Amino acid sequence: VKMARLLQFKIAVVSTVLFVVCTNLVCCNNGRRVGDAMDTEFSGFSVPLEHSFEVDDVAKFKVRGALVLKAGREHSVSLTQNQLSEEDRAKLKEVAAVDGLYRIRVPRVFLQADRQTERQMDGYLTAFVRACAMVESHLSDVIALYSDVSGYLIGVSIVTLPGACRGTEVEDEVDLEVFNTTLSIMAPVNAPGPETALFLERMEQETEKKGKNPQEQKSFFAKYWYLILGGAIFLMATNSAQPPAGGEGEQS
Amino acid sequence: MAKLILLCLKFIILSSAVEAVFEDQVGKFDWRQEYVGKVRFSHFDTHVQSSKKVLLATENNVFAALNTRTGELFWRHVDKTGPEGNIDALLQHGQDVVLVVGNGRLLRSWEINVGGLNWEIVLDSGSFQSACLVGQQDNVKHVAVLKKTVISFHYLSNGHQKWIENLPESETVDYQSVYSDGNGEVYALGIVPHSHIAIVAYSVEDGEIIKQVTMIHSSSIKYSLGLEVAPGFHPVLVSTQPNPGRQPLSEFFLQLGPDYYQLLQLNNGQIVTLRDFKPYLFSSLQASSLNLFSAETGRRLLDTTLIFNMDPYGGKPEKLHVQAFLKKDDSVGYRVMVQTEDHTLTFIQQPGRVMWTREEALSDVVTMEMVDLPLTGTQAELEGEFGKKADGLMSMVLKRLSSQLILLQAWIAHLWKLFYDARKPRSQVKNEVTIENLSRDEFNLQKMMVMVTASGKLFGIDSKTGSILWRHYLDNIPSNAAFKLMVQRTTAHFPHPPQCTLLIKDKDTGLATLHVFNPIFGKKSHVSPPALPQPILQSLMLPLMDQDYAKVLLLVDDQYKVSAFPSTKNVLQQLQEMASSIFFYLVDSTQGRLSGYRLRTDLSTELIWEVVIPAEVQKIVSVKGKRPNEHVHSQGRVMGDRSVLYKYLNPNLLAVVTESTDLHQERSFVGILLIDGVTGRIIHEAVQRKARGPVHVVHSENWVVYEYWSTKSRRNEFSVIELYEGMELYNSTVFSSLDRPHAPQVLQQSYIFPSYISTLEATLTEKGITSRHLLIGLPSGGILSLPKMFLDPRRPEIVSEQSREENLIPYAPELLIRTEWFINYNQTVSRVRGIYTAPSGLESTCLVVAYGLDIYQTRVYPSKQFDVLKDDYDYMLISSVLFALFFATMISKRLAEVKLLNRAWR
Repeated sequence: VKMARLLQFKIAVVSTVLFVVCTNLVCCNNGRRVGDAMDTEFSGFSVPLEHSFEVDDVAKFKVRGALVLKAGREHSVSLTQNQLSEEDRAKLKEVAAVDGLYRIRVPRVFLQADRQTERQMDGYLTAFVRACAMVESHLSDVIALYSDVSGYLIGVSIVTLPGACRGTEVEDEVDLEVFNTTLSIMAPVNAPGPETALFLERMEQETEKKGKNPQEQKSFFAKYWYLILGGAIFLMATNSAQPPAGGEGEQS
Repeated sequence: MAKLILLCLKFIILSSAVEAVFEDQVGKFDWRQEYVGKVRFSHFDTHVQSSKKVLLATENNVFAALNTRTGELFWRHVDKTGPEGNIDALLQHGQDVVLVVGNGRLLRSWEINVGGLNWEIVLDSGSFQSACLVGQQDNVKHVAVLKKTVISFHYLSNGHQKWIENLPESETVDYQSVYSDGNGEVYALGIVPHSHIAIVAYSVEDGEIIKQVTMIHSSSIKYSLGLEVAPGFHPVLVSTQPNPGRQPLSEFFLQLGPDYYQLLQLNNGQIVTLRDFKPYLFSSLQASSLNLFSAETGRRLLDTTLIFNMDPYGGKPEKLHVQAFLKKDDSVGYRVMVQTEDHTLTFIQQPGRVMWTREEALSDVVTMEMVDLPLTGTQAELEGEFGKKADGLMSMVLKRLSSQLILLQAWIAHLWKLFYDARKPRSQVKNEVTIENLSRDEFNLQKMMVMVTASGKLFGIDSKTGSILWRHYLDNIPSNAAFKLMVQRTTAHFPHPPQCTLLIKDKDTGLATLHVFNPIFGKKSHVSPPALPQPILQSLMLPLMDQDYAKVLLLVDDQYKVSAFPSTKNVLQQLQEMASSIFFYLVDSTQGRLSGYRLRTDLSTELIWEVVIPAEVQKIVSVKGKRPNEHVHSQGRVMGDRSVLYKYLNPNLLAVVTESTDLHQERSFVGILLIDGVTGRIIHEAVQRKARGPVHVVHSENWVVYEYWSTKSRRNEFSVIELYEGMELYNSTVFSSLDRPHAPQVLQQSYIFPSYISTLEATLTEKGITSRHLLIGLPSGGILSLPKMFLDPRRPEIVSEQSREENLIPYAPELLIRTEWFINYNQTVSRVRGIYTAPSGLESTCLVVAYGLDIYQTRVYPSKQFDVLKDDYDYMLISSVLFALFFATMISKRLAEVKLLNRAWR
């Protein structure tokens, strides 16, 4: 227990340090984007995207890049991220060799809030992918952020393309330098209700058709009376328990 | 022409979905048991000498009459659940019973012979205190109802109010009881705590206050008898008034301690002690004895001792309901209904003969499982031969010979029994199911139903007949316990006995205990479960088995440490090997947090993903995974153009349902999240706007069906989500959540459903070939079997050639309830709370148990009985045709030969 606590404490320290770093980064970003914000109605804001890959699988999150989120009718997101350093590349390969995890996390934020202070909430959203998949895909990952109805970020996911670990060796260090990230942000879709309007419209059309062409309607029995009669006789002959053709007539 | 085809198609589909029972099949494959619940009031009907009724009012808001000879129900009335239908008082007079229902909201009078309602009136609001019948000169004509502030007086014949009066000083005086002794006055008795007792006497005629008495508390009377009250116990006085038109008996009971009573007599203002009743110390708890005492003298009556054996697996007696009567020789006889802690009613006659027992605990089943019955001894012997390791040719031959011998022996015994039974008249031959002759039938249609009830009593019920084969009462179950029943070892691993584990968790503290038992015999297993000192957050059953074929149960405590049961070396070693592929999730619905963990080799865990749904906006109401024993037969669906649409069959998928905290009808919504339980990836996220719970969800194969209340249209709606991988399968050999980068295609459609529903479940079959049906428990007591075909998001709005090819039903917004879809025909199942489905050995057949107040068991055939010959299959015709054809071929062959020969000669 003590170990765990110590660990948590460490994480906390690391994260606070990171947080300072990130806030700096945020400041930078905002500084750069002031001009843009004047043009667009919704100004974006930035949160850090952090990752962790350790040989002993104890999470130590470091900044990977900055996510710039834009709230609005359609949320949008963009990502600026650093390259992997020489050291990190080596470590990632090492972690992949022992089948460790590559984790990412983003802080919980509320997209719809106006002020920075309201946006941040305590806690993080985390996701993971196997480190070997990260290596074998040459750092091409797909990150998706999920928001709920009211604009809270509720989840994050990461997958790599291709997703499998086949044990192929990545020789070229250059392949592990730049992230090739596809990023998206998803809001919940509206589940459809029962489609009554369309159904009624269709029914109306059908009745109209019927009304326009009464001949065809009449000719149903006229045309197929022998079939119905034959069917009825057949039914009666095969199974006396079965009700006669009256039922079918009603159905029609 | 297209319309005609459409009509034909409709007709074919509808007629193919039609299924119903024939009259001669009623009760053949199904049974129902009706219960009433824990008894609150009981009254023996004594107004006619020969009457054999006992009237019961129960905690489950049921009013019923039982047959005292058989224990069967004469009739039963099920009222609303909750405080609205709560029965406050039961008063009987002659053929009428007056009930006060819903904290004094309603006054009802019932006719007890047929259980018909005489009258019902709505009373003024106010919390109910007491009620009594009021009589004058042996004529009972009125009923008085005392509430917090008023007393009202009603005619017994029609319920009309005769008068109503406000109680004097009702703000200070706490009126508690009403009483009349037939002298034209009604007394209301109230208490001012620590001060005095107030008695108000009303005139029966017009409700005028005749006199008001206040009695000052005087401690001198209290101890004048030298009685000692058990410390911390509130003494209770019990008196009886056999006839409301007369004075009550002068003898009364005073309860001085939890088990200590004293019989006292009021004699000319003097109180005399007649007898002490101290708790008897039973040397053995196996038997209890009852004695009848004369109330006048306090002496024990001769020949009234009744000794009966207590069920060793039952609870302690809690309450006695005694029916005393005069025998022909003027001696006193009595029968007694014993109510025990486990809600069992046992009716006992002198001298200790148990007439019947009713297991009322079964009115509150919490969870259940169906377990395969074991093989018979001979079958097991044969099976065991294959299980053992080969040790030499000779011994194998000997073993085979010996098992063949045993089989022969069993066959001879069977023949002898057949012969023996054949000589007896048919009525005497009974195929009674007992624990000894339990064995699996050919198609595994008969199973053991293990039911866990809220009172903590476990039952083993034979699914074919419904007879209770074993019962086991677990005492010291916390009142707010949550139960989870798991089958650790099935019957498939002979000689190891099957093993079930029940996890009992106190909802407040989170502390849990395990009860390990054999589901066939109900006996507690000698395997000692581990002590669980920490609160348990999650339990999961792994497909791993130890060397004794028991599946491993993992328990996660609040320190996120994992313990395994059984925790043998073998298991721990396997766990270490598998640790990196064991993932589990935890749900904290108060914080809206879903988190995923992975097991480490040292049995600690690490957090690997987190999804947080803000609890201030929406709360998680249910999380549903798939059933582990579910098989999906086809990987995809064949489309109209002969291409295949592959299903997204993720075994780790979770359906999370949320409801908005904002309940305004414009803004409320129901959210559906599909999350992968291993990676935490949100596969699909949808909101159903202007909707509200309660939401019922079924999650199976590649679909999720949920039902909600639409606040906008004020109706119930069903919605179905289906997930498809597309035209190509990503990795067809194995599914791994870690390697499925592409999100599935999501299709969704909604329908109107014309009724509220109580519960929802899907049918389950052995191999998953049979089409699925949804079983819907309706509040009306019907169980509807709705083909999943009607809930298919690919139902086209405009019919095309391709959809017709695929046999898709054109979209219609309303799902109809067809009466032939009710699987329980007229066998109403009251207050359905859950439906359990289990596969049988026949692919076409699914076993269904619906439980609530009643228990109903039946079989359903979602695709009809395609693998079973009909009951009325004409074996004679088929075999005679076969034989005829056979002989015809023989003869024609012969004739042909002769002809050939003749031709050759020519």
